[in-house]
Amino acid sequence: MTDISINFAGIKSPNPFWLASAPPTNSGYQIMKAFDAGWGGAVWKTLGMPTINVSSRYGSVNYRNIRMAGFNNIELISDRPLEDNLREIEEVKKYYPNHAVIASLMVDSREEWEAIIKEVQDAGADGIELNFGCPHGMCERGMGSAVGQEPEVLKTIVGWVMDAAKIPVITKLSPNISHITDPGLASVQGGTDAISLINTIKSIVGIDLDTYAPYPVVDGKGTNGGYCGPAVKPIAMHMLKELAQHPEIKSTPISGIGGIETWRDVVEFILLGATSVQVCTAVMHYGFGIVREMEAGLRQFMTDKGYQTIYDFAGKALPNVTEWRHLNLKYDVKAHINKEKCVGCDLCYIACDDGAHQAIKINDNDRNRIPEIIEENCVGCNLCSLVCPVEDCITMVRKDDGSQHVTWDELTLADKIPNTFNDDRAGGKGHFVPTPDDALKAKRKDRSGQNQFDF
Amino acid sequence: MSQYKKPKNEQEFEANFKQKKPLMNDTEAYYASSKCLFCYDAPCMDACPTGIDIPLFIKQIHTKNTEGAAKTIYDSNWLGNACGTICPTGVLCEGACVYNHQNVLPVEIGRLQNYATKSVIESGKQLYKPGDDNGKKIAVIGAGPAGIACACELRTLGYQVDIFEAKDKPSGLTVYGIAPYKITNEEVLDEVKYLQDQLGYNVKYNSPITSKEQLKKLEDNYDAIFLGVGLGKTAYRNIPGEDKEGVVGAVEFIEELRMKHAETKVGDNVIVLGAGNTAMDAASESARMGAKTVTLAYRGPKERMGAYSFEYDLAVSAGVKSQFNASPKEILGNGKVEGVLFTDENGKEFTIECDMVIKATGQEKQGNLLGMIDSLQLDKNNIIQVNSKTNQTTNPKYFAGGDAINGGAEVVNGAYDGKLAARGIHQYLNQ
Ligand SMILES: Cc1cc2nc3c(=O)[nH]c(=O)nc-3n(C[C@H](O)[C@H](O)[C@H](O)COP(=O)(O)OP(=O)(O)OC[C@H]3O[C@@H](n4cnc5c(N)ncnc54)[C@H](O)[C@@H]3O)c2cc1C
Ligand SMILES: Cc1cc2nc3c(=O)[nH]c(=O)nc-3n(C[C@H](O)[C@H](O)[C@H](O)COP(=O)(O)O)c2cc1C
Ligand code: SF4
Ligand code: SF4
Ligand code: SF4
Repeated sequence: MTDISINFAGIKSPNPFWLASAPPTNSGYQIMKAFDAGWGGAVWKTLGMPTINVSSRYGSVNYRNIRMAGFNNIELISDRPLEDNLREIEEVKKYYPNHAVIASLMVDSREEWEAIIKEVQDAGADGIELNFGCPHGMCERGMGSAVGQEPEVLKTIVGWVMDAAKIPVITKLSPNISHITDPGLASVQGGTDAISLINTIKSIVGIDLDTYAPYPVVDGKGTNGGYCGPAVKPIAMHMLKELAQHPEIKSTPISGIGGIETWRDVVEFILLGATSVQVCTAVMHYGFGIVREMEAGLRQFMTDKGYQTIYDFAGKALPNVTEWRHLNLKYDVKAHINKEKCVGCDLCYIACDDGAHQAIKINDNDRNRIPEIIEENCVGCNLCSLVCPVEDCITMVRKDDGSQHVTWDELTLADKIPNTFNDDRAGGKGHFVPTPDDALKAKRKDRSGQNQFDF
Repeated sequence: MSQYKKPKNEQEFEANFKQKKPLMNDTEAYYASSKCLFCYDAPCMDACPTGIDIPLFIKQIHTKNTEGAAKTIYDSNWLGNACGTICPTGVLCEGACVYNHQNVLPVEIGRLQNYATKSVIESGKQLYKPGDDNGKKIAVIGAGPAGIACACELRTLGYQVDIFEAKDKPSGLTVYGIAPYKITNEEVLDEVKYLQDQLGYNVKYNSPITSKEQLKKLEDNYDAIFLGVGLGKTAYRNIPGEDKEGVVGAVEFIEELRMKHAETKVGDNVIVLGAGNTAMDAASESARMGAKTVTLAYRGPKERMGAYSFEYDLAVSAGVKSQFNASPKEILGNGKVEGVLFTDENGKEFTIECDMVIKATGQEKQGNLLGMIDSLQLDKNNIIQVNSKTNQTTNPKYFAGGDAINGGAEVVNGAYDGKLAARGIHQYLNQ
């Protein structure tokens, strides 16, 4: 039997699916609905310093027909009275004693931290999350990402919290920093029980072309927002990996956040070392019901692979994420087109010719417009296989026999790396490149944009 | 058996002749346009007789530059709006869309085209203005698609243009011939008005050119003449009884239908002779007008039908029956038609009763008029011979296009021909 329950730094939860601290966790009503729908835990919308919110709070990036491929907000922490929130925490815990309720907090002075920690502990919270991430509004008041960007300050505050807290503490990090390991390490040195990341990324999602104001527009003006949703997942996963591989951080449990929407996202985050995941945008887009798909997919994956608990595969991708200098320079793949599947859009041709290595040709006489790979020119960059709109039509096929293995690191040790500007050992030497004037000689085949008549 | 009740008023007529390709709303256009792959040297473009830059205009729709999209369309095709709904897109652009090769429905190019052009027509946005007056005058005979396209292009090049049109409306068969479920009169006329408002060519309605004297006058007063006269009436087939009451030509029947809508008289039991696209239209239209039975009767076997298969399917779906290998021998009846006597492939005779016969047996060519023009070379079917690069005829002053040079094709071909001829005229007059 697969068991998807977790014990995250002492916080127990029936599954790894948590709601991130955000509008879906504004109230006890929402959290009870979510638990009923299948979520295992919820990080309450951040409690702390009193705030006033603006109206017009969200903006989004739509890509093609996909709504909210990226999402941003200029909302502050909870603007509801603390006592209401505390009463509701207590009530939720009464109905759902086995689910995880974590109180996200953001205050300023040591006294305030101590006071609010006591209040949420008394209300029955299972854990605390420190919001050092909010990159708009709160940071202008010296909190949120203003702390997340100052490792020393962060360490001090984590220290205060650890002295006061009797329940597990998760430090939530801001991605608005060059090296995520700096605040990561500071939080560990401050004594945190766990880390969560990422909070949102400073962003401008668009400009209104009539009023020249950034979205979301508030009476003719706007401000930077915090970016999240599917678009930020790659950045989040990289930061997760940075922490999960760091020798002094890796033993600290990490809750992964950023663009998670499907079971695949969940599994990827776990493979990179997360042992709980948090979701905001996907729920704001589709409601609590999406957890059905996450749970079913996660269970299926675990059954297929023979895992009993998520700890059986947590971090399993980490050994394969290495530095560039350790990659095998002898590995050689070339594009292969399945002519049966090709629809003749010729996007691979133009992508390779204009955007890569001129390794695809089209035959003017072929009415089906099926392109052909020029293997000698193909550097195996994958571009064509990425632009091809047909499922499994272009595949990258391994051509080397696997017997050779050499890395930049090994070449460096053997003193064999190219080291002058025109070194014969450089990779591009000998690769086919058309001469510049071939561009003018080649009859322009694409008639788009041309007048239909010659006169 | 008949699915359609005889329409008694305009509302019921519209219900029976519901638009096959209705105008897209903004949301449909957003999703439909998102589907286009922006193919390299796109095959859909190649399949469009006017070579519209389809991936470009679809991307423009998607980025909410609808006006730019309309401009892209009109730059290639002066009847972009009409073509969007009436072109047989399944055998043209949409038939060539790469999605077909993986059994995915193609991008709805026609309806997207209609969406973009309709939006500028409705806003009245001026996309073109006449070129600087170059002092030269061109006469256009016929205000059909070919004539209008030619006139528009000539105006952008700075020519004065006078169109002579026999009827009292522009657009030729687009308004008199095309099935009402493909396009409405208003839609056709709105587009033509939109073009005329911007480009300012003159049209003289009710002005058929029928005599040598008239032609002489045009030759004297104009620098060049464009022939966009299309084809003529339904051809006479010499079947005994063709003059009986209740026997009509398809083109004449459809013209009446387009003008009179619900008031058009249709029999209870209709036989349509022929198997081309016009026959399919006439049969579908009779069924939609509430005829109890409609029978398509064709001399040959099914495989030899001239019509597009989707047009045949459309007729069948409207309840039309077909009788293949049926050669009409005589139209029976005492003054009024009562039936048609056929022979089958073995020469065996049989009769089908009816109270109306629609002959969709081809249109006459405009032989009379064309015969009056000096040294104008026609082929044996009275089709005007032209230089395919300029659409110039063998009489250098005359250019031609549309059905008059192709024997009957689509509106889009007329639109291309008219534009090409205008370019040809421009080249000829600037040598
Ligand atoms: C029943 C039917 C259905 C059709 N359905 C479609 C369809 O769904 N889609 C499609 O794309 N195409 C369709 N077509 C074809 C299309 O209508 C024609 O290809 C197109 O209209 C040809 O344009 P044109 O300008 O060459 O000729 P026409 O449209 O025939 O225009 C010729 C014009 O010249 C005028 N004229 C003729 N002689 C003279 C004269 N001597 N003096 C002055 N004026 C004159 C006529 O009154 C007319 O206005 C259909 C045709 C028919 C008959
Ligand atoms: C394959 C690839 C290689 C790149 N190489 C370089 C590089 O050598 N130097 C550089 O300054 N930027 C490089 N970039 C970054 C681009 O110049 C650009 O800043 C980045 O792609 C963001 O723009 P875009 O997302 O709008 O394409 C590269 C980008 C890609 C996708
Ligand atoms: S893998 Fe890269 S270089 Fe090779 S054919 Fe594809 S696009 Fe061109
Ligand atoms: S991108 Fe794919 S479908 Fe398109 S031409 Fe290339 S191989 Fe064929
Ligand atoms: S063939 Fe289809 S997908 Fe490709 S450009 Fe044309 S409409 Fe778009």
